Amino acid sequence: MLYESPQTTTEAVTLLAKAKGKVHVLAGGSDLLVRMKGGYIEPDVIVDIKRIKSMNAVKKTADGYLIGAAVSCAQLGDNAALVKAWPGVVEAANLIGSDQIQGRCTIVGNLCNASPAADSVPAMIAAGATAIVQGPRGERQVAVEKIAKSPGVTSLKKGEVVEAIQLPPKQKKSGDAYLRFTPRTEMDIAVVSAAVNLTLGPKGVITDARVALGAVAPKALLVKPAAKAIIGSTLDDDALDKLAAACAAACDPIDDKRGTVHFRTKVAQVLAKRAAKIAYQRAGGK
Amino acid sequence: MNAENKLPKQVFRSVGTRPVRPDGVDKVTGRARYGADYDMPGQLVGRILRSPHPHATIKKIDITKAEQLPGVKAVITSKDLPDLTNGDEDLLAILENCMARKKAYYDGHAVAAVAAVDANTAKAALKLIEVEYKIHKHVTDVDKAADPKAPVLRKDCITEGVSPAPTKASNIAAQSEFGHGDVAKGFKQADHIVERNFRTEQTHQGYIEPHACVASVSPDGTGEMWVCTQGHFVFRQQCAQLLGLDMAKLRVTSSEIGGGFGGKTHLWLEPVAMALSRKANLPVKLVMTREDVFRASGPTSATSIDVKIGIKNDGTITAGEATLRYASGPWKGSWAALGAMTAFACYDLKNVKTTGIEVLVNRPKTTAYRAPSAPMAAFAVESVIDELADKIDMDAVQVRIKNAAGEGTQSSYGPVYGPIGIGPTLEAAASHPHMSAPLKENQGRGMACGFWFNFGGQSCTHINIDIDGSVTLTVGTIDVGGARASLSLVVAEEFGIDYEQVKTVIGDTSTLGYNEMTDGSRGTFASSMSAIASVRKAIDEMISRAAIMWDIPAEDIEWRDGHAHATGKGHANLAPLSIADIAARAGKTGGPIAGHTELNADGAGVSFATHICDVEVDPETGLTRVIRYTVIQDAGKAVHPTYVEGQFQGGATQGIGWALNEEYVYGEDGRLQNPGFLDYRIPVCSDLPMIDTQILEIPNPNHPYGIRGVGETSIVPPLAAIGNAVSNAFGVRMTHVPMSPPRILDALEKAETETA
Repeated sequence: MLYESPQTTTEAVTLLAKAKGKVHVLAGGSDLLVRMKGGYIEPDVIVDIKRIKSMNAVKKTADGYLIGAAVSCAQLGDNAALVKAWPGVVEAANLIGSDQIQGRCTIVGNLCNASPAADSVPAMIAAGATAIVQGPRGERQVAVEKIAKSPGVTSLKKGEVVEAIQLPPKQKKSGDAYLRFTPRTEMDIAVVSAAVNLTLGPKGVITDARVALGAVAPKALLVKPAAKAIIGSTLDDDALDKLAAACAAACDPIDDKRGTVHFRTKVAQVLAKRAAKIAYQRAGGK
Repeated sequence: MNAENKLPKQVFRSVGTRPVRPDGVDKVTGRARYGADYDMPGQLVGRILRSPHPHATIKKIDITKAEQLPGVKAVITSKDLPDLTNGDEDLLAILENCMARKKAYYDGHAVAAVAAVDANTAKAALKLIEVEYKIHKHVTDVDKAADPKAPVLRKDCITEGVSPAPTKASNIAAQSEFGHGDVAKGFKQADHIVERNFRTEQTHQGYIEPHACVASVSPDGTGEMWVCTQGHFVFRQQCAQLLGLDMAKLRVTSSEIGGGFGGKTHLWLEPVAMALSRKANLPVKLVMTREDVFRASGPTSATSIDVKIGIKNDGTITAGEATLRYASGPWKGSWAALGAMTAFACYDLKNVKTTGIEVLVNRPKTTAYRAPSAPMAAFAVESVIDELADKIDMDAVQVRIKNAAGEGTQSSYGPVYGPIGIGPTLEAAASHPHMSAPLKENQGRGMACGFWFNFGGQSCTHINIDIDGSVTLTVGTIDVGGARASLSLVVAEEFGIDYEQVKTVIGDTSTLGYNEMTDGSRGTFASSMSAIASVRKAIDEMISRAAIMWDIPAEDIEWRDGHAHATGKGHANLAPLSIADIAARAGKTGGPIAGHTELNADGAGVSFATHICDVEVDPETGLTRVIRYTVIQDAGKAVHPTYVEGQFQGGATQGIGWALNEEYVYGEDGRLQNPGFLDYRIPVCSDLPMIDTQILEIPNPNHPYGIRGVGETSIVPPLAAIGNAVSNAFGVRMTHVPMSPPRILDALEKAETETA
């Protein structure tokens, strides 16, 4: 096994492009190292991106927030401005693992691991986040929901690496929220999850919304009909019921050790409603 | 030391205090050495190849390529562990489980092992071992396995304990019956009868330290082993028998232990490490991964239990009957028998009958888990008693008080009870503030009782007095729950000296006579009994040394407050002699001073507990949290109350995990789906409230200080207490453990449909 720790993104892309065999990017390692130790994967090349300076920063720009691929989830929780702008995204990121894992894990790693149960992914999708992808052919910007294709499989091409996540600027009178269901209080993985991001117009009417669900399909879902169900409403009971129905229709889960189809479909609706209420309140709605 | 000890009300000086444990600093600073923390010169790394199939005949194993890999020093299969068990069925089961012989019986069953210079080489070697399997149909569910149409694991399995013996093989390995009276008559007298089936899923002890050992077998027929175990003497005996060594030539040292709860009473990988070492002629370290622990150590049984209980309107239980099917893995156990014995042990019943059925399944070999088999039986019986109390509109505690066993009751499993604690724990529950605290919406309260036998058994201890007057107690029972602190307190008490003056150590197998395991809550009970006798012998010896020093008759000397006191006329000017005074002169008065005892600790004294539990259920998701929990248990005499409370809390915690989320999940392919702590959900700290405890002290007349074992009983009531709490919150009877969110949500939906 070859271990590389490039200092720049260009160097990383070159290494990834020319590497032969099974190539893995290492950021915090909270997925990669565990899978290696368990004998599930045996990489030929590991490219560690933690030494790349630009990937270690959270930047506030005119376009919003740019979160480097090597920034730990704990760092996100420590960034007061980010917490204020995108409380749902940060909450989701801070639910992963334990305090120790928080010091290592990253939202880009969470995204590229391509688990349908990843906590930060539905929150990023609801936020309308974009992945900044660098590759041998230069940069491309990809909507976060387009990164994972199925469990463990991404749309990234040979030599490509996600350099950062771009979160849009915080809109006035907007709010986001993420909720997951786990049997335990912590150290657990989502059985089902929901994220809602919404913006209010006059009189508390929802003018814009995005709704995402996790662990109910082979990948985290952007559920447009669910957003449509609440846009134009003040999140009254009727709108909430329509939101729930749209979420139920979007669910395509499996029966497995973590939950049943019936349970996931039912709880997805409950969480979507509850997350919508929190987001609505955060946006200043009453 | 026996039944004639009437236990006058004793005043204790050390026993009952709460000093810091002697092993604490090493444990919290990482200095303590556990199973994997020991190395021998030239040691190799061992790895085990495991069957991916739940039920398959091993047609052929080719180890040639693995043996040829540079760095590989030994590759073994069952051929390297020939059957020396000489008709001992239990020992053969251990051997077959440690290394599959003709058949692999479960996903994870060991089929071969390697020892190599490093882990990577060992891992690479495993991939070069070629195993040819013939796959058979498998069965992992206890009820399906008991069905006559199920695939049969063993063609020679004829049910024991049934007359006449069946002529056809089945997965029912044995049947046992307990009880007295006439249950048919009893049910006729009942005003109400409830009959239900209950299921509990398989759980693991979940100890944090995986199994680990370092073994060295020399060509001269001697051997050494460092191992994480609950009983190194038993491990030595069985390893020597399986490997064909003289027991005296195998020395086994126990490491510190990161939890056992019964799971480390059994050999899993130690004979394999020894066989590898013997073949490689070098020491071998073998450490399980967490996945290995889940797949191939010994969880407890999954069960299916039918219970029928009849009650009169005045609350008298007229009859109790239960048929208990317990999965024992691929080998016969006596797990259902233990369930059948404990099911009704809390109650004074005129008519009771229980039948235990041992069922073979393609899952790992069942082993002990804290009060083994009792929690599942209690879940079934205590749930039905609550339901009956509801039917006759009687308080759940009062109905139990009315039927509680007492001194002189013939127990449902045979023996007549001495003084016992079930009544007092129930009375304490009835008047406990928890019982009357207000509940909020979506909250429910439940309670339940539990019983465990407790064991005594063979123990051997040694007291050494050093020349500075400090005292060493050497015991052969390993310390899994604070026993070194408790035993030091007992020794300090008996000598009349300070706790700080005593050091308790665990001797290896060459330093003491045979000691049984630390199991059956026997460690503190049995070793303290032996330690007290050893101290008394050392005191006798010190009195005779003082007699020499003073040149007076020994009869004129008495031992009090850690000193020899001269009594009688003419000795008034003799200042008392401390242990240090006597020990300093030992070389001139007859040599070192010691005390040694070997005994069979009889009269362990049965143990009872009553638990109270509040839960809060999210009716939309089925999520259940335990928000308040109280354990009331009889300790006989609490030697170190903090560790007694710790045992109460630990047992309750494991029971809560079992009740709510822990379970082995098998796929259709017979493979374990959740061999890790992510998806095998033991509770984390934030899942639990602070568990309140109340220690009752009903002295055990068979122990000089009245001590009873306390380690196990507290895991017995939680399944039922939580089940009753959920039932009381929503009026739905929960019959399947764990009561995971999907199961609770289904039950709530079902109840809603039924009322709609």
